[in-house]
Amino acid sequence: MNNQSPAVVVKDLVKRFGDFVAVDTISLEANRGEIFGFLGPNGAGKSTTIRMLCGLLRPTSGQALVSGLDVARQPELVRQNIGYMSQKFSLYNDLKVIENLHFFAGMYSVETSDLKDRIDWAIDMAGLKGRENTLTGTLAAGWKQRLALGCAVLHRPPIVFLDEPTSGVDPISRRQFWELIHSMAADGVTVFVTTHYMDEAEYCNYLVLIDRGKIVASGSPLELKLNYMEGELLLVECDQVGKALELLQSAPGVMDAAIFGNALHLVVPKASEAIKSVGNYLAEHGIQASRIDSIRPSLEDVFVSLTSMRNENGREKVSQ
Amino acid sequence: MNWNRLLAMARKEVIQIKRDARSIAIVIAMPLIMMFAFGYGVSFDTKYIPVYIFDREGSQQSQDFLKRFQSSEYFNVVRTVDNYPALIQAIDAGRCQIGIVVPSDFSKKLNAGGTVSVQALVDGTDSNSANLGMSYSQAVVQAYSQQLQLQWLQRRGQAKIQPPISVDSRTWFNENLESMATIVPGVVALVMAVVGTFLTSLTVAREWERGTMEQLISTPVTPLEILIGKLAPYVVIGLFDTCICAAMGVWWFGVPFRGHLLVFFLSSTMFMTVVLSMGYFFSVVAKTQLAASQISLIATFLPAFLLSGFIYPIDQMPVVIQVITHIVPARYYMAILRNVFLKGTSITLMWQDFFGLALFATLLSVVATRIFKKRLT
Repeated sequence: MNNQSPAVVVKDLVKRFGDFVAVDTISLEANRGEIFGFLGPNGAGKSTTIRMLCGLLRPTSGQALVSGLDVARQPELVRQNIGYMSQKFSLYNDLKVIENLHFFAGMYSVETSDLKDRIDWAIDMAGLKGRENTLTGTLAAGWKQRLALGCAVLHRPPIVFLDEPTSGVDPISRRQFWELIHSMAADGVTVFVTTHYMDEAEYCNYLVLIDRGKIVASGSPLELKLNYMEGELLLVECDQVGKALELLQSAPGVMDAAIFGNALHLVVPKASEAIKSVGNYLAEHGIQASRIDSIRPSLEDVFVSLTSMRNENGREKVSQ
Repeated sequence: MNWNRLLAMARKEVIQIKRDARSIAIVIAMPLIMMFAFGYGVSFDTKYIPVYIFDREGSQQSQDFLKRFQSSEYFNVVRTVDNYPALIQAIDAGRCQIGIVVPSDFSKKLNAGGTVSVQALVDGTDSNSANLGMSYSQAVVQAYSQQLQLQWLQRRGQAKIQPPISVDSRTWFNENLESMATIVPGVVALVMAVVGTFLTSLTVAREWERGTMEQLISTPVTPLEILIGKLAPYVVIGLFDTCICAAMGVWWFGVPFRGHLLVFFLSSTMFMTVVLSMGYFFSVVAKTQLAASQISLIATFLPAFLLSGFIYPIDQMPVVIQVITHIVPARYYMAILRNVFLKGTSITLMWQDFFGLALFATLLSVVATRIFKKRLT
């Protein structure tokens, strides 16, 4: 194992289930100590990829190296070097908090000398002090997630795979969870995390956007915002937002229009020129715009413009 | 193999069993209920066969003859009728299994030194008990005619007549030839085959159903560690259940226990390994608790019931079936248990049965380990 090599290297990875191609020839690299975000709508192939990287699914073709180890050929060695947290909560609900921790400490053969430290650390980290003897099934979702993370990293793995760790968790718990991820990364742990929350994507060092099994973009959050938007972005605040959207979608010089909150985002070739023409166009049709400004695109704008999510009813999946 | 992982696995299973009231109920109630059901439900002794009598003569001699039926514990003379249709009706309605008809010239013919035919009408619906009933009646008739013959010869002045050959039989191991003594060790084997397989049939499927398997197989634990860790607690539970069954056999059903406890525990442990591995195998293959438990009930109960020698003696089966019985592990265990309870002979005389158990214990646990894949489908 070479410590200088990237934590995860994926080359032309394919996973097919019958006729369905879940993961279609993807390649990526995650560096050590990096928070690597794997972004995409539901069903894009995120979980399938992460499961292949953990040796839980056999790739149809292509290669994946985790810590320099081939996941198809040496899955057992890979498992010793990773922590994995599945999308569905999968600790034992009928075990107490402390019993789950002891069980997974056993599974990962945590050294006896290190055992007490690690378990205390995990309880502390999960905020479960005083609740060690609570049945895990009775914990609230946020605590369960943090306990699951604790169990997955008891053996101090250099790489951690987290599959939608914050789905179904309240916003405060989500923020706490991301603080944990950051502190792990600060300790040199590579965190490979999937999410469909755009605000979470901003916390990552590097992002890969995946849609329908294919990578559609990658880079740091800033790079993505700069490079992947064709045209520039306008924010329009006005009355009759619905009517305005309908009008602007077919307005001359507007490439795309979408509702964001109670305002509109327009994609236009040149923002400075469009501010005036859009205002006039709306006024001609009897709509008063209270604000029209050029803005920096958010990741969500990038994402919407890149993926199929703007079609159909995919919007809800993007915003929280 | 890593002891940390193995112990953690076993400890987790024990906690889960302890915390699940349903599994504790199964562990304790299932062997008890099955022991009672089979201990009482299956009996090959035919006693008190219901008999109707139609005495057409009604003489002192015919009554004397019929008393033989009344005094035998194999027959229960339900009623005496005075016409044929009543007798036929009784057999049709199942009120009796045998109807004895004494002819109207019974004593006259006998006294004249002739042969009398007594009619026995037998309900053959249940051929097994019909056969028994017929041979019991024949025995009664034979004993009676032998007595008559002797009396007759004595009256003619011939002093003592002894039959030339007599059988002086003594039954070993099951002195009273009670089928209970044969059945109970068989029931223990049958019950443990079903209970043992059932116990483990849920363990792996439950983890798949609850989603805990995904986390478990992402750890470095090996399939062998999972198997042993999961099975070890159940071996203890299974032996506990076997002891419950055996204790019931001895103290409730009154069957002797003549063998060595060591032989009992050794064979029981081996048989547990066989049936627990089998249940584990079904659990791995089926992936749902419902399917796994149903497969295991069917796959163990029927062979253990029909092909192990429990009901039908193996050496009286057609040769093809005899060969097939060799793949029914309960066969070996049942033979050993009958020996342990009734005979108590040395283990060396049972080496073939022990070999059979050892073979299947090894085979099934290897297959159960191999079939477990640390992958999602």
